[in-house]
Amino acid sequence: MSDLSSDGATSRELPLEDLAAAIGAAVRGGMRFAGLFAIPEPPGGTRLRAMLAEPGGLPSIDALVPPGHHSYPAITPSVPAAAWYEREIRDLYGLHPSDHPRPDPLVLPRPADYPPPRPGAGEALPPLTVDSSPLPAHLVGPGVFTIAYGPVRSGVFESVEYLVETPGEEIPHLRSRVYHKHRGMERRFEGMPPEDGVLMAERAEGVASVAHATAFCQAVEDIAGVSIPRQAALVRSLHGELERVANHLDSVLRHTEAAGQAVAYSRMSYHKERVMRLRADLCSHRFGRGVVLPGGVSGPPLLRPGELEGAIGELEGALRRDLELLMSTPSFLDRLRGTGVIRVEKAAAHGALGPVGRGSGQAEDVRRSRPYAAYAELPLRTHHRDEGDVLARQHVRVEEIFSALDLARHAAWALEDAGEPPDGAWASPVDPEASGESTGWAEAPQGEVLYLVRLHQGRLSRAKPRSASFHNFALFPDAFPKDILTDFAFIEASFGISIAGVAG
Amino acid sequence: MPWISRGLRGGILTSRYPAQADGYGERWAGTIRLRHAGGGEARDSTGLAVACPTQAIAVTGDGLELDRGRCVVCGRCVTLRPDLVELDHATEVGSLARGDLVVSTGEQGDEDACAPLGAPGAAPGSLPGDDLARLRASLELRTRALRRSVHVRHVDAGSDGSEEWEIAALTNPVYDVQRLGIFFTASPKHADVLLVTGAATAGMIGPLRQTYEAMPSPKVVIAAGTDAVSGGLLAGGYATDGGIGSILPVDVWIPGSPPSPFSLLHGILLAVCLLPAAPGRNRSHDTRPALVPHQPGDPSATQGSPS
Ligand code: SF4
Repeated sequence: MSDLSSDGATSRELPLEDLAAAIGAAVRGGMRFAGLFAIPEPPGGTRLRAMLAEPGGLPSIDALVPPGHHSYPAITPSVPAAAWYEREIRDLYGLHPSDHPRPDPLVLPRPADYPPPRPGAGEALPPLTVDSSPLPAHLVGPGVFTIAYGPVRSGVFESVEYLVETPGEEIPHLRSRVYHKHRGMERRFEGMPPEDGVLMAERAEGVASVAHATAFCQAVEDIAGVSIPRQAALVRSLHGELERVANHLDSVLRHTEAAGQAVAYSRMSYHKERVMRLRADLCSHRFGRGVVLPGGVSGPPLLRPGELEGAIGELEGALRRDLELLMSTPSFLDRLRGTGVIRVEKAAAHGALGPVGRGSGQAEDVRRSRPYAAYAELPLRTHHRDEGDVLARQHVRVEEIFSALDLARHAAWALEDAGEPPDGAWASPVDPEASGESTGWAEAPQGEVLYLVRLHQGRLSRAKPRSASFHNFALFPDAFPKDILTDFAFIEASFGISIAGVAG
Repeated sequence: MPWISRGLRGGILTSRYPAQADGYGERWAGTIRLRHAGGGEARDSTGLAVACPTQAIAVTGDGLELDRGRCVVCGRCVTLRPDLVELDHATEVGSLARGDLVVSTGEQGDEDACAPLGAPGAAPGSLPGDDLARLRASLELRTRALRRSVHVRHVDAGSDGSEEWEIAALTNPVYDVQRLGIFFTASPKHADVLLVTGAATAGMIGPLRQTYEAMPSPKVVIAAGTDAVSGGLLAGGYATDGGIGSILPVDVWIPGSPPSPFSLLHGILLAVCLLPAAPGRNRSHDTRPALVPHQPGDPSATQGSPS
């Protein structure tokens, strides 16, 4: 298997019964559990792959579930962070993790005769029907009250269902279902050439189009043995950083909305609109779609370097004034401080990603630990805090807004110095018949996004996005020790999760 | 309290659309249009149809046919054959009939979307630029005559998440749709307009129907975005329908991936023209003066610096 490793890091294959213990040992040894993936191996077998992050690399451990086997020893008892991955694989592949402590379905119930979709297997599927009736309450009895939210939310939000059960004086209990929105993304990738696949990646988690497209294309480029022009790498970083600013501002403005800070809300949403317009000025798309292509990018920024710098500077000045005021408004900070705590140990055990991880002491940032695009040559500042509350996550985002603008400015300068790429080619040609497998990554605004990609003669046979939203969502209920109802909107905003990125 | 000194909209420019054109709206491509090239060039255009990732382009007997309702505006066709297709820097891309999103070289396309409602002076086949101006004028007339406020209920039926950002942007101080009497409501019982995003995932069909049924009549349904119109890139997948048209009676179709706030606002105004006026609830229209003189197309006009 080592020939399939994307980055030269170790990749090994073990007997199925040794998989859980090996992953557990790796995590105890200091590696971060980055995800569990299923890859169909004809005829009828399934490869399970655990990815484990360490500084500079993303080694993996594989084990094969042979054809005809429908269960394997669960990994969750030794690595709790695997819980959601195993539930998803159970629902999508029909593979049962025996001894899983909480094997509730993650995907909505489908008819008994509907086959597991098995992304990557290539079998035709009939249209899906599911049972979307509300979550049944687990707890009944005197003093217990249950509050259901969603899946249709009050307000302009993505669909997700929450059930809050409050058993009297006890700690309330939050359950959630995100798969109303399951779009079957992974199966839709299959059979596409990479240039169509990147359009799918842009829509896997549409508010993080640039990060997803970047991670997807890196995997394709690695398979094809292509290196992208330096100028293209800079453009990817430039757009990735503006995407970060927009997403972090979205999170900030949702905090101000929850706190009833009308003026701050109004101003933050205005600033976010300015960022979206700047992005559109650079590439004709408010979400940066169409910029990242397999092999590079579609072209240079459409603004002249001076205009771009001017726009970034203006934005930075306006944001600095308003964000400094916001972060010294006591009535606002009081609502955030001590709310929705994820302890450092919990975050470490889960391998919490992005601002959720960095608010709880997890310093890792993929831009530094496994530099991609142009990050190796850009002056990256990263930030983390240890308090683990909503305020810590907000501080991290505010600091990242300014470091992102700074990175964008440096990328613009570097682009100006670099001039046109050789022969005016902003994308290197990618072999249309390429075959192989690799993993790409990026630090999306939500945290590390991974793409497992398999190409067979130029067509995608497997593409699996793993968003930070998916990985972090499993931690969400842990942020609710008490008082769910008053803190809900703050905690949700502070997680900054896109449901599209969770539900696939 | 220091926030007060910043003011709710100090230095912020609110768009005056639709009363006046907004230059920003035309600064980026809302959809694709066919160039009126002769049949000769179009004859060898099979490659174009094959290249389109959503099968939005078809070669017909006498030219090309473009279904804007399937187009995700990836721009690939424009790169491939700039002689046959071009980016359309228009935002008023919504229409009242699904079929109106399908245009062909033969018929030129681009009819006034509100024409069936008796908009003044709508004539099929007229020049696109004139059409745009007339559409804007007719919308302005109609919104001026609007004698009621409109309440919009949004439902995400499987979006990619970007559509929600663009809908939420409508309430920011730049678009500020409250100035037009448009409000978002959490309760379907108070909603006139159902604004639906996403390709209709299996899990959202039930909740979507329930929301629709809980709304009082008359009600108007908007399919917001290419996914909601046709399924977009997801069409043909196991977990989604090809848009919401098979689930609900759609009145307004807004393509775009995602549609911009202006496209959404235009679509909501189209929906408004389907709603009867509520007598006795007269309301003045957009009386607040613009804070700073506005020059369409001037980039600085969209980035006023806060005081
Ligand atoms: S821009 Fe639209 S019509 Fe053209 S190739 Fe892309 S999806 Fe097809």
